[in-house]
Amino acid sequence: MIETAATVVGWALLGAGAAFYLIGAIGLVRMPDLFTRMHAGGISDTAGAGLLIAGMMATAGLSLVTAKLAIILAIILFTSPIATHALAQAALHAGLKPALKSRRVLGPATGPHPFEEKAAKAAAPMGGRGAATRRRLKGAGR
Amino acid sequence: MFEAAALAVLAALAFAVYRALAGPSVFDRVLAGNFIGTGAILLLALVGFITDRPEFLDIGILYALLNIIGTLAVLKFWRYGDLSHAGDEEGRSR
Repeated sequence: MIETAATVVGWALLGAGAAFYLIGAIGLVRMPDLFTRMHAGGISDTAGAGLLIAGMMATAGLSLVTAKLAIILAIILFTSPIATHALAQAALHAGLKPALKSRRVLGPATGPHPFEEKAAKAAAPMGGRGAATRRRLKGAGR
Repeated sequence: MFEAAALAVLAALAFAVYRALAGPSVFDRVLAGNFIGTGAILLLALVGFITDRPEFLDIGILYALLNIIGTLAVLKFWRYGDLSHAGDEEGRSR
């Protein structure tokens, strides 16, 4: 009885984990820039891997296998944020900027920081649209 | 059920391989490489369950330990061009 329950719970966890893992991988392909892709990859590394390993643990029962799976899960949960953080910091250091909605028409993220852009818009005489339109006419997006 | 989960992980790895090949920046490739490393760990564990050989889990632990080191090494090399670079306290090169 308990074994059947453990098997059913394990299957459910495995299914949910596989689904989350796939969703994160699809996000890895579909998302528009590096930082959103890292955000999508985080789903796979936490929810996906966690649920998959939890499902395997539930199926295996209490044994050495469960302990090893717990070790793997702990290593993944500790190192994945470190890797993500280092990646984001290295990308920012190299000059990659997050693509923001206001800048999507202008191509890849370059040019002034969004807050500076906002301040410039507020100060612009045409009240908002002027700065962006002028930049687009000049082709200064990149 | 393990087979289905392994297939899902394989499909996810295919997406990650696409991202690694398509880029566009080197950081996208590093991200995909890290993702593939995690996927390999999960695949190893699942294959261990499918074939009833728990030894695969030990290899999975090893891969998990190597994955982070590989990612950080590539990032450090890309930033300093040299793995023995010490960097200053804030991690800046100069």
